[in-house]
Amino acid sequence: MALIRTSSPHLHKASSTADVMRLVALATLPGLAAMTFFFGWGTIINVMWACLLAVGFEACIVKIRKRPLGFYLKDYSAIVTALLLGLALPPFAPWWITLVGVFVAIVIAKHLYGGLGQNPFNPAMVAYALLLVSFPVQMTSWAEPFVLTHGDSWQVLEFTQTLGAIFGSVDPALIDMYTGATPLDAMRHRGGLTTEEVWRTVPVLAEGIGAWHAVSAAYLMGGVFLIYRKVFTLHTPAAVLGSLAVISSIFYMLDPYAFADPFFHLTAGATMLGAFFIATDPVTSATSNRGKIIFGIGIGILIYVIRGWGGYPDAIAFAVLLMNLCAPFIDQYTQPRSYGHAKAKRGMKGGA
Amino acid sequence: MSTQFSFHGGVHPPENKHRTTGLSVQTAPIPAELVVPLSQHIGAPSEIVVAIGDKVLKGQVIAEAAGRISVNVHAPSSGTVVAIEKRAVPHISGMQAPCIIIETDGEDRWIEHQGLADYHTLPKQELIDFVRHHGISGMGGAGFPTDVKLHLGDDHIVNTLVINAMECEPYITADDMLLREHSDKVIKGIEVIAHLLQPSHVMIGIEDNKPQAIRALELAAKETKLNLDIVVVPTVYPSGGEKQLIKLLTGIEVPTGHIPADVGIVCQNVGTTAAIYDAVFDGIPLISRIVTLAGEALAQPHNMRALIGTPLEVLLEAAEINQNALYRLVIGGPMMGFTVESQSIPMIKTTNCIIAASYEEMPPAPPANPCIRCGICEQVCPAELLPQQLHWFAKGKEFDKAKQHNLFDCIECGACSYVCPSNIPLVQYYRFAKSEIRNEEAEQRKADHARIRFEARQARLEQEKADKEARRKQRAADAAKAQAVKKDKAATSPDSDKAKSGEPDLKALKTAAAVSRTKLKKAQKALQNAQDKELDGQDKLKATVAELEVKAEAAQQAFDQAQNAPAPAAPVLDIKQLKTNAAVARTKLKQAEKALDKAETSGEGDIEALRVKLSEQQAKTVAAQAAYDNAESGGVAANSVSNEKLEGLKADMEAALGKVNKAQKALDTAIEGNSPAVEKMKAGVEKLQAKYDTLKAEYESTQNLAPTAAVAVSSEQVADLKADMDGMAAKVEKAQKALDVAVESGSPAAEKMKAGVEKLQAKYEAAKDEYEKAISPLNSVPLSIDLEGLKADIEALSGKVQKAQTALAAAQSSGSPAAEKMKAGVEKLQSKLDDLHQEYAQAGGQLPEPEPEVIDPKALKQQVSIMRTKLKKAQQALETANEQGDAEDLSELNAEVERLTSLHDEAKAAFDAYEKTQVDKAAAEGIDLKQLKIDAAMARAAVTKAERAAKKAREEKVEDLSGIEQQLVVAQQEAEHLNQTLSRFTD
Repeated sequence: MALIRTSSPHLHKASSTADVMRLVALATLPGLAAMTFFFGWGTIINVMWACLLAVGFEACIVKIRKRPLGFYLKDYSAIVTALLLGLALPPFAPWWITLVGVFVAIVIAKHLYGGLGQNPFNPAMVAYALLLVSFPVQMTSWAEPFVLTHGDSWQVLEFTQTLGAIFGSVDPALIDMYTGATPLDAMRHRGGLTTEEVWRTVPVLAEGIGAWHAVSAAYLMGGVFLIYRKVFTLHTPAAVLGSLAVISSIFYMLDPYAFADPFFHLTAGATMLGAFFIATDPVTSATSNRGKIIFGIGIGILIYVIRGWGGYPDAIAFAVLLMNLCAPFIDQYTQPRSYGHAKAKRGMKGGA
Repeated sequence: MSTQFSFHGGVHPPENKHRTTGLSVQTAPIPAELVVPLSQHIGAPSEIVVAIGDKVLKGQVIAEAAGRISVNVHAPSSGTVVAIEKRAVPHISGMQAPCIIIETDGEDRWIEHQGLADYHTLPKQELIDFVRHHGISGMGGAGFPTDVKLHLGDDHIVNTLVINAMECEPYITADDMLLREHSDKVIKGIEVIAHLLQPSHVMIGIEDNKPQAIRALELAAKETKLNLDIVVVPTVYPSGGEKQLIKLLTGIEVPTGHIPADVGIVCQNVGTTAAIYDAVFDGIPLISRIVTLAGEALAQPHNMRALIGTPLEVLLEAAEINQNALYRLVIGGPMMGFTVESQSIPMIKTTNCIIAASYEEMPPAPPANPCIRCGICEQVCPAELLPQQLHWFAKGKEFDKAKQHNLFDCIECGACSYVCPSNIPLVQYYRFAKSEIRNEEAEQRKADHARIRFEARQARLEQEKADKEARRKQRAADAAKAQAVKKDKAATSPDSDKAKSGEPDLKALKTAAAVSRTKLKKAQKALQNAQDKELDGQDKLKATVAELEVKAEAAQQAFDQAQNAPAPAAPVLDIKQLKTNAAVARTKLKQAEKALDKAETSGEGDIEALRVKLSEQQAKTVAAQAAYDNAESGGVAANSVSNEKLEGLKADMEAALGKVNKAQKALDTAIEGNSPAVEKMKAGVEKLQAKYDTLKAEYESTQNLAPTAAVAVSSEQVADLKADMDGMAAKVEKAQKALDVAVESGSPAAEKMKAGVEKLQAKYEAAKDEYEKAISPLNSVPLSIDLEGLKADIEALSGKVQKAQTALAAAQSSGSPAAEKMKAGVEKLQSKLDDLHQEYAQAGGQLPEPEPEVIDPKALKQQVSIMRTKLKKAQQALETANEQGDAEDLSELNAEVERLTSLHDEAKAAFDAYEKTQVDKAAAEGIDLKQLKIDAAMARAAVTKAERAAKKAREEKVEDLSGIEQQLVVAQQEAEHLNQTLSRFTD
């Protein structure tokens, strides 16, 4: 029997890209469960629908690119993209919103740039930003937590009705009953009220804010799990959350009537989802640990700036995309100091 | 215990060590054939000292260290050297290398050997050599000769000795087993090393996965007096990497591109320390080592003490290999070891582990997914690199960026590849990039080397070419100089000093200035002439004079400027030249004095002018002498003369010259107008002239002092001489003209004047001689001598030819039978002469006399008389023949007489013609033919000019055409007149 000839190392850790992706998918489950609990079946339906579309588009585009189909489908990267997009979409988003979003994410934002590992922008966020800009009405009608519609007893729109609402067979008027402003919307479009007044008067803040707290806590759990499993490091999420907390604290201290408190910024909206699941996308973020910190701080600041003074109540997508743009530049200036070197190298020799 | 530190990254691959630690270290069987490679260490391969067929004993040196970084190789067992040939050796490339093959006799007979009684008493150098001669090289992995490291205390301050007992790679337990069984040897070996390096601190680093080894070590270490710490560190790969271990134990990082000794640390492997113990205490060279046999294809994995050179198959058989299960054979650990394809290759000094892995144990790597930049590799990299970035750069062949990202700090530990979820063979990418960069650099070095060689060659060729060109130019210049000398002698042309002075630019300018001066003078003369003769077209001539004046001044100015300009490239003062100058000046002075005396005694000639000239000459002589003295004394004083002063003097001089010229002109006008103030004016002019001369002398002396003007001095003097000569010529001409006028008008003073003219002529000749003398040293002497030689040859030969011709003619005339032979001889001589002529011409000389124009009247006459004699003789012979009635002879003689007659006639005609030209010349002597010619040329030029002016005027439709036309007619008339006069003489 001929002996094989190969290069070292001869051992390999039993891990794969698919494992990483599966872990990420697993880590989103608490968040998904919380979303379903508070906002109904819409999110689950969206996620399933998005995953189905993602696998379909991935298969088509891999086929068109003449790559081995099974090999690429097995890496679960399309599933994760679809998952994240599905979680980010409003629970009652029409089916075609998801279709357009997944197409943009998989085909345009990922494969047209060269496939997994080559895309400069987070595919899910590209799709989300495109949908938000193109279909603002559909994208801003968020479901109300069950506490606002049914009081203390848990009751959400039935699964079949939700399915019908999403796929257009149910009267949209029914859906309107279950949708309303998000806390971020309320805080942004407060009409001259002070922060304290908004907290008191707007029902979604006064009574429904617990739903967002719970969802955020669920995502935080997932994120901690992934850090524990070393899927990503603490650097990016810590930088995102830390910088957002610091900047919102500063403004809150300056004028507590005009600005929301830091806890509100960390828990209302998609901050936790963004910090642990979006910003940590390795392909599109900075490489080194220091780079990741800078990258995360940039996202945190941009989130606050866009929320406070920008045109959109939530800002994760735009903040992440803008920082994706900066990642290669950050990489150039954040090389770690290698062993035996007095200091780290800066910039890129011979042009970049 | 000392403080523990940590290094970045690291991985925890499954250890798989327990399977090989169950059995104690077994002794491997002696194989039938030992294959001992010559290069088992880093550095130069050892040199074979045995021959095929030699009987060797165990421990006998079979190859000796070659060079600084090398060790001895010993026979691992007794037997016979059966072959020395290339065999496959354990190397990552699978290459073959020279090996000594020993057929063992099974007796395992030792050569006489013993350890050192007390190594402390031995000089350190001898102890280190002892280690070197016992073939000890690093047993951890790389195999660096140990003695080199033991020398590190010589030029480094070694504070810390680090002993590497980490054995961080999975599977390997060789060091673990060694420590368990022989930790006393290890400690004693450490003592030897510590004795040599004298570190203040010894640290043994060991991973916490070897508790038995740690216990054994601690026990053994109780005996030692060394400041020794056993540092137990957490198990993490690659803590056994030298740099990582140092960081781990001391917190110090070895700077990139340096060795640990640069930070006061020396690292040794435990295996090496045990080998040192064996050598120093027992005299046992490094002929065996403990090797771990591991892997699932082995039924009995364990550690073995095996002889160096034992083929792997022997060891694998001893470990009961299942050949069917064997899929991958790895030498070294699973992280950094390399695969081999053959089981027949031998183990060597660095072989610490052999893994016979099954398929399930080490399956082939799955296909690589794309890198998702997950950054896990970065988290585990012990060198703190960015492996994923390096991967991108290696993949994209952006080697510059890879280098900038510290690719060469990669230790190829394989941690990144191990953790990569995309299964990318990262280490392979880095190896590829490194080898590509090394190749590129090697290519670059080669290219640089080639470029340097090429440039050197180009430069050499250029230099050769330039030298050749310079030589050629030198020859040409020499030839031209010789030619010029010749020309001067032959024609005394006023412009013959071209291409003679040292500096080309200056020379050209000077020539231009001289030429314009000459032209100006001629024009002035013509004007004078015209005025004297009251000819037409005086205005025209006046205009020409003015124009020429301007031109002459411009030329002079240009020349002066060039001369005054600092000449950085000017050669150093030529003392010899200066001496010559001084001598010449003295001679000139004497001559001038003589001339003055003569003039004074005879009361004739321009005494005043001569006086001025004398004073001028005196100044010049003084200046020349001063320059010479100056140069002789080192020319230090020369520096004191500033250019400014020179310029000031020059300006003064020019101003004076302008004044003189003005006064002279005024004087001329006065003379023309017969003004009574002429005498007074003359005196004024003379005064001014004297002033000018003084200034000039001063200027020249100053200039001579200036070192940069050194070269110009000689040429300037020559120019002065020339100017003198020209002036003299002009004077002669003037006098001649005056004489002509006098003769024409039948003046009684004509006789007197004639004498004056003759005197002036003599003076002119003297000046000319002087000038030529001055010029001659400037020219290349040797070539002219050569020319002279050639010329002499030619003359001698032409004499011979003539003689021969005469003899031939005599022979022919006498009808001698030898005539034919003689003719041939003459022809031969003639051809020789022609050759010589050619050579002479080539050498730059001019052909001598035998030119049709210059006829030697004497020779002609002689020829005529010879012919006459011959003719007479022939006629006599004819008469005799007639009387004797010899018909045959008669006709022959008749022909001969006829021929001679014709020859005679020819010679006579030539002579007559010459005489006639002489007569013509004599007739023409009354009138200055040359002057006439010049006048005629001038007139013609004036006509042309007038014609052009007329044409232009016509083109521009100028109304005042009549004036111009009238001028033209006048000029034409004048030209006609002069031409007619000229034609009378030139016919």
